[in-house]
Amino acid sequence: MSTSFSNRSTVNTDSVSDTQISLRHISKIFPGRKGWLNKLTRQASSDFMAIEDINLDIEHNTFVSIIGPSGCGKSTLLDIIAGLSTATGGEVLINGQVVDKPGPDRGMVFQNYALMPWMTVLDNIKFAVETVFPKMPAKQQQRIIKENIQLVGLTGAEKKHPHELSGGMRQRVGIARALAINPQILLMDEPFGALDALTRGFLQDEIERIWEQQRKTAIMITHSIEEALLLSDRIIMMTKGPAARIDQILEVPFPRPRDRTTVESHPDYLRLKKEMEDHLYRETRAVEAARIKP
Amino acid sequence: MTVVRENIVENSKENKLLDNENVRALLLFLLSLGIFLAFWELGANLKIFSKGMPTASLTLKELWYWVTHPFYKNGPNDMGIGWNLLISLRRVAIGYTLASLIAVPLGILVGISKVAFKAFNPYFQLLKPVSPLAWLPLGLYIFRDSEVTGIFIITIASIWPTLTNTAFGVANVDSSYLNVSKTLGASRWRTIFKVIIPAALPNIISGLRISMGISWLVIVAAEMLLGSGLGYFIWNEWNNLYIPNILVAIFIIGIVGIVLDQIFAYLEKLVSFGKQS
Repeated sequence: MSTSFSNRSTVNTDSVSDTQISLRHISKIFPGRKGWLNKLTRQASSDFMAIEDINLDIEHNTFVSIIGPSGCGKSTLLDIIAGLSTATGGEVLINGQVVDKPGPDRGMVFQNYALMPWMTVLDNIKFAVETVFPKMPAKQQQRIIKENIQLVGLTGAEKKHPHELSGGMRQRVGIARALAINPQILLMDEPFGALDALTRGFLQDEIERIWEQQRKTAIMITHSIEEALLLSDRIIMMTKGPAARIDQILEVPFPRPRDRTTVESHPDYLRLKKEMEDHLYRETRAVEAARIKP
Repeated sequence: MTVVRENIVENSKENKLLDNENVRALLLFLLSLGIFLAFWELGANLKIFSKGMPTASLTLKELWYWVTHPFYKNGPNDMGIGWNLLISLRRVAIGYTLASLIAVPLGILVGISKVAFKAFNPYFQLLKPVSPLAWLPLGLYIFRDSEVTGIFIITIASIWPTLTNTAFGVANVDSSYLNVSKTLGASRWRTIFKVIIPAALPNIISGLRISMGISWLVIVAAEMLLGSGLGYFIWNEWNNLYIPNILVAIFIIGIVGIVLDQIFAYLEKLVSFGKQS
């Protein structure tokens, strides 16, 4: 069966050696405003539990997508894996080691691109390479930078500043920067969320092509069902927040390398799509219902 | 036929020239200037203004004289306006540079630490609105020297905008830039020099621009009490009761102020990278 429920809390023991990322009982509570001063000014609020008891194992060379209704803590979870945010409870293991701070073993692609506006395309990638490999000879650094610019198809735009590029081109720089440091794991936080549909399609195809070349473990947050089905090996579906959990994990059986048309004509495609639509519909309705209730 | 067509083309060309916003603004400017000068000249000749008001033509003649004879020296009370301008600019340059050398690093330091920002902000907020001239007696008492006091006043005056703008810029660097730096594992120093300072540069330059404006405002006022420079030139002409030269000095101070401001406007544009137009 291609669907399985993650409510089982036992760790799958026979695949431990292949597990690269392991999330154990991750939860995150954002503390509310407390104290007499906040109460006096009526600004007091209670603690907010964003995610609760997330357990997940991700094997090497797997592409995993996380999908869920808005505000379900997807980004919080990714930030915790990236080390940008610390979990209130539980731990993140990468290759069996506990990680609690960011590091160049994880490359991150940001939704808003997060390019330095004062640096050219080349300088943005160079900043990453020089930071991560300070002792590498300049020749080799230049080669890595050039290769990655080539990989995302931006050769010729090296000397441009981000504000001179389109949104899609900016995100290509973001992807090149994340890959240039040769991370073990690629983390992407709604990488195409701010792009128009056509550009989005282009970049999805790019990601698929690049992923087939490098097969790095990747975790991507997305709102798009089609995007998740095109790119992922597994799709993690989360419930609505607060206290969001993993509801269901879908295995995506499509053969690789993939392209849009072969994926869409696969016999399982419509069934998987329907399952995801139902899930998102249900959770989004629940979010709306929770807003209406006092 | 061809003649008619040519006429049409010419007409449309003329219309286009008048359609241009800049051309229209220039025409309006020249018109208003002409009316202003004519009113001034006529009013002064008919003596409808206060007694001793010079005519526009006399003032323009004096302006021409001072512009063509900027550098001569017949003692401290009779110097070309060029010398006085250079004296003022020198004081501003020294005082302003000193202030910037203090304000930018201090601003970065205060901006990086939230605690430092909250702790020291009250000082800056308290001192910022104080007129720099209020420091004049204190400066004269401490330094017993008018030259040093002038520079001291400029320093005190121009430190606050740069300091508060730098601190604000550094404290409000876009968190996504910092996240990039963090995920790459950049050191604290590398983050400060490669990310935080460049990101705050537009704010720093804005602060420097405001500070320069204030320096130029303050130096003229301070020099009335100091004994040389453009401010003293005005004060001296007031003692001579020769109004045309006062008007000439005001005009020159304005022009220099524009030049100084435009230098910083250019710098601001240089570091904006598509943000704000």
